[in-house]
Amino acid sequence: MVVFEKTKGLTDNQLHYCPGCTHGIIHRLVAEALEELGVLGKTVGVASVGCSVFSYNYFNCDMVQAAHGRAPAVATGVKRANPDNVVFTYQGDGDLAAIGTAETVHSAARNENITVIFVNNAIYGMTGGQMAPTTLPSQVTQTSPYGRDVTVFGYPVKVCEMLSQVDGATYLERVAVNNVKNIKKAKKAILKAFKNQIEGKGFSLIEVLSTCPTNWGLNPKDALKWLDENMETYYPLGVYKDKYKEEEK
Amino acid sequence: MAKVTFDVERCKGCGLCETVCPKQIIALEKEKINAKGYHPASITEQEKCIACAFCATMCPDSVITVEK
Amino acid sequence: MAEKVLMKGNEALAEAAIMAGCKYYFGYPITPQTEVAAYMAKRMPKIGGTFLQAESEVAAINMVIGVASCGKRVMTSSSSPGISLKSEGISYLAGCELPALIVNVQRGGPGLGGIQPSQSDYFQATKGGGHGDYKLIVLAPASVQEMVSLTFKGFDLADKYRMTSMILADGTMGQMMEPVSLDLGEVKEYAKPWATTGTANHEGRNIINSLSLSPAQLEEWNKSRYERYAIVERDEVMYEEFMMEDAEICVVAFGIAARISKNAIMEARKKGVKVGMIRPITLWPFPKDALKKAAAKVKSFLSVELNMGQMIDDVKLAIDCSKPVYLCNRTGGVLMSPDEVVAKIDEIQKGEAKAW
Repeated sequence: MVVFEKTKGLTDNQLHYCPGCTHGIIHRLVAEALEELGVLGKTVGVASVGCSVFSYNYFNCDMVQAAHGRAPAVATGVKRANPDNVVFTYQGDGDLAAIGTAETVHSAARNENITVIFVNNAIYGMTGGQMAPTTLPSQVTQTSPYGRDVTVFGYPVKVCEMLSQVDGATYLERVAVNNVKNIKKAKKAILKAFKNQIEGKGFSLIEVLSTCPTNWGLNPKDALKWLDENMETYYPLGVYKDKYKEEEK
Repeated sequence: MAKVTFDVERCKGCGLCETVCPKQIIALEKEKINAKGYHPASITEQEKCIACAFCATMCPDSVITVEK
Repeated sequence: MAEKVLMKGNEALAEAAIMAGCKYYFGYPITPQTEVAAYMAKRMPKIGGTFLQAESEVAAINMVIGVASCGKRVMTSSSSPGISLKSEGISYLAGCELPALIVNVQRGGPGLGGIQPSQSDYFQATKGGGHGDYKLIVLAPASVQEMVSLTFKGFDLADKYRMTSMILADGTMGQMMEPVSLDLGEVKEYAKPWATTGTANHEGRNIINSLSLSPAQLEEWNKSRYERYAIVERDEVMYEEFMMEDAEICVVAFGIAARISKNAIMEARKKGVKVGMIRPITLWPFPKDALKKAAAKVKSFLSVELNMGQMIDDVKLAIDCSKPVYLCNRTGGVLMSPDEVVAKIDEIQKGEAKAW
């Protein structure tokens, strides 16, 4: 009996991510969720710009490749045109929380019935490790070589906390993929985000804390530890908004 | 009987599977190099495997299939 | 012939879009095109369509990309500064080979400019605007009737060639009222097997994408797109000839400048000056052959434009600089009077005008 095998939600293309980068885990969780919900055939994904720019090669469904930061707007168009499709975006922190902040906030405000997968690894990966909107205070990057000085560059953006104040948003949860337990929780959250959409409940965003061993300058194992010790303290895991749970109460 | 197989050519030798194995029976094959140039992960003592699939859960590249 | 109704240009355009089967409109308020959005806000809910006021021009054009990816007719409208914001998305539309309609009811620029009519986005519309190798089909209405017919045509051409069409109007066209016929004929349907509707609805995976890290592949994509552009240049040029039979001076003007020029031509003719006009209706593809043919007969050309001289470059290129080309222009939102055009014609006639 097969206990675990590669999901049909992913194509056979080999991921281009660096060794130990947890993007691959998040890809798999999204793909597994779509497969388990039986919606691969009616899913349209929207790829963003950043390391996940090639995600259209990996998700085994129709895909649209969006400009930097614009994925939620493109997804809005797709969902409005085809309300029966399951529509998701897969975006990194630079894409979603810097150049695409307006698109993120307003798609949440409209309670757009889409699912947003937000990968937060506190750095710009694709361009070689520059400071991201989510780079931690004092964190060294290529463009904060002396550590992020919050008096100069400001503070990191906490997306789930910010969006929890947006009335439109339906479901916001922050998860991580740095150990098996967290991965299982992340899977549950991603499944719920897609179920919400299928049930017409509206905007769901899952923020996934992820590693970037290459640009953090750590080996893959130490990167998991760094995420645990540094990111999770600044970005606490948990549900930040669940409109329907509130209603149940 | 539990069985773990690795799609060796997809493996990037990151070793994350190693870190989560409760039986500590996964290791990178230092003497072997796949087409991508990585030391692929493999199982050292198949008979000790409990098919928990932690390794597969942690693998970013969907390299691992677990059966029992 | 259906009966005519009196309509404002912007509203007539919006109604024509709906008649062309466009059920999706995304926009952001900007003068002088806001009536398009307001009209759509009223009409779309009544026909089961979508009107969405986006958070920005940038978001609006990307929503257009989303709908266009699904193979449905979609539009956005704006005015000059807003079109600059949309230019990123327009480049992606071109790169992804998506059909859509964009309306630019031009105002004076650059920068925030003004809100009065202008034609100073000619370069932006016909030479790019966004980055990369691409063209838009650019249609220039000179009446409210053409706001209607060219909108209808714009959607058709967009679908036919997997290109984005642009209506390059100006504040006058948008604001003025004229009787129009909305008898536009049948909407032609085009198969869109490439649309992202879910793999259950078609063979294989459909991917809408403009990215290629392989230079050879990207070159191939661009070349194949330009092969299609060549067909558009061959088959889809539209222009109007006015009093060209015996003309010695050929006015070239589009949109409101062409209407002003018509009055000027009648005036000049009263004085015995043989003037005619070629009015490009498609600014891209530009009516090069018509101008070239005219160059064999006329003594000179006069480009009449509401900008600092933009289309005049294309006039000179079309005729290989074989005849002198003069410019009569106003800019910044100022319209020229027919008298100013007549005065320029007089100057040319007397040999006092300076060629461009």
